[in-house]
Amino acid sequence: MSTETGRAGERSLFGHSLRRIVLYGILVGMGAFYLIPIETGLMTSIISPETYTGNFPYLPPLEPLVPGTGEFSLEPWQGALDGLGQGLVNSVILVVPATILSGLLGSMAAFGLTTIDWRGQIGIYILFVAGIFIPYQAVLVPLTQFWYNIVPLQEVFQPLAALPFVETYHWKLVALIVTHTAYGLPICTLLFRAHYKKLSDEMVEAAQLDGASVATIYRRIILPLSIPMFAVVFIYQFTQIWNDLLFALTIIQFGDAAVVTQDLVGIGVSQAGTNFPLRMAAALLAALPTLLVYIFFGDKFAKGVAA
Amino acid sequence: MRNPLTVLRRRLSEHRELRADGGTTSQAGSILDRDSVRSAPFWLPPFLLIGLFIYGAIIWNIVLSLTNFQGLGSPDYSALDLENYVIAFFGGTPSWSSLTVDPIWNAAWNTVVLMVAFSVVCLAVGLVMAILVDQEIRFENTFRTIYLLPMSLSFVVTAKFWLYMYNVETGLVNLFLGAVGVGPVEIVQNPDIKLAAVAFALIWQFSGYAMIVYLAGLRAIPTSHFEAARVDGASTLRMYWRVIIPQLRTATVSALVVLTVFSLKAFDFLFSMYGGYQPGPSADILATRMVREAYSNGNWAYGSAIAVILFVMALAIVAPYIYTQYQRGEL
Repeated sequence: MSTETGRAGERSLFGHSLRRIVLYGILVGMGAFYLIPIETGLMTSIISPETYTGNFPYLPPLEPLVPGTGEFSLEPWQGALDGLGQGLVNSVILVVPATILSGLLGSMAAFGLTTIDWRGQIGIYILFVAGIFIPYQAVLVPLTQFWYNIVPLQEVFQPLAALPFVETYHWKLVALIVTHTAYGLPICTLLFRAHYKKLSDEMVEAAQLDGASVATIYRRIILPLSIPMFAVVFIYQFTQIWNDLLFALTIIQFGDAAVVTQDLVGIGVSQAGTNFPLRMAAALLAALPTLLVYIFFGDKFAKGVAA
Repeated sequence: MRNPLTVLRRRLSEHRELRADGGTTSQAGSILDRDSVRSAPFWLPPFLLIGLFIYGAIIWNIVLSLTNFQGLGSPDYSALDLENYVIAFFGGTPSWSSLTVDPIWNAAWNTVVLMVAFSVVCLAVGLVMAILVDQEIRFENTFRTIYLLPMSLSFVVTAKFWLYMYNVETGLVNLFLGAVGVGPVEIVQNPDIKLAAVAFALIWQFSGYAMIVYLAGLRAIPTSHFEAARVDGASTLRMYWRVIIPQLRTATVSALVVLTVFSLKAFDFLFSMYGGYQPGPSADILATRMVREAYSNGNWAYGSAIAVILFVMALAIVAPYIYTQYQRGEL
């Protein structure tokens, strides 16, 4: 122990190899705990519903090799795609503009409240931060009132529906985009502010001495330096908005504009009972975009949630 | 004769600050040259957006909670009273309904139980995992990725997975219980354990988050503190308990605040798990009660009143946190 140097030696809980084995045993066991519900869902989602027995939900369908595991079939995924198709399209229409808007506005707000330093900005910034922790229930009824009774968005969309790819029900998605942008702003501003505080003041001061305008400083200096943070913010916001149910439930309510989380709630249940393969396939299909984002950009996601 | 505009400009331009480096800032000039104003195109539109959508909506919600808004139509703001709060705390038959309305105590109690159980277990699991991951292990990134994976999922998806895990006939939990000679046990609809089952699934989803926060906290502790404890001959357990864990206070508080707020938002999970607005009395939390009253029963004003209570609960947790962050200059 004493011959080891650096962090590894000094802070190791487990000196002996036996302890090391126990350590890895626990870590792998916990890994299994976190993965098993997903693994079980994946295995069940590729079982033909007719041959599904439910005896071995965690095994892949190996009929006739292993009796009782069911036959392999992509039928559940086909069913999930049919059931969630419209919801997936609506979710994409919602999530792309809402993510970009909240990220961009968050970066602008953080710039105006951090890089450009002025007295009293902390008071305004506190209102942004507090917005992160608002339980959304506290605004739902006003939001529904606002979008359904105050803003005539629906009338605006009636003539627009003549355009290609525009439908009248898209007004609900526009309402949801604006709502998600507003409620995403606090966390985006916080993430960008943490980033901007770390940037050195020298460049900004030099630019100010050269007479650069605030807009020029943002566009030429801050924006290029924000690109890594934009990745973090976009990934975080994408996940949040894609996964949301509450706002969709209260602003879209029902109908053609329903997003994927709304469609997922009711799928796979019928008079005949629960179709577990279909339900698991649907759950995985709805989770697929965020899962892929997480698997490919996991480090950035971790950075976003840890902030 | 002086131009009044020039006078006004001069009046407004007295705001000149001395900087630490001895120079003066470029704040001289008219009010239009001030940094707060020059940067307004950047911070003001987002601020107006959250001002309208977050703070405007909260105030509107408070006003709505004082009305008798119920069913279809629009709210009547002419007669405001606290009736909804009286009903929320004491129950009874409100003037806007012919039915008796239950008070919120049951849902409030479940909210607190869920909040405490979920947050405390998440923190405990997260701390232990963070200490284990911090032992210079191999494949650290892989382990971390796996532990945080559930957090990337939607509440709706998680609920579907656990609905399957908890199923009486085919669920893995019951297969496991059967293997050790227990059960099968009805879990999802069992009033005695459904709240625990919900908490367990949420812990599955969010304990990885607590681990990430604690890991960052552990990594921020200087190695010399570990070394000093070792030199003093402290045992490993003692070292963590006496030296390391007390230094994780900041990490604990920030993780606790975020987890608590997550638990207040567990609505999505319950809605998905119970396929609608009715999780049943033993799993009903304020978040579900509020949405059910407003969007299912049409008791909009009463729902708003419950929302105000929920908001005050969140504020009681968050306001001290933000205040201490502000005092430490960490905002």
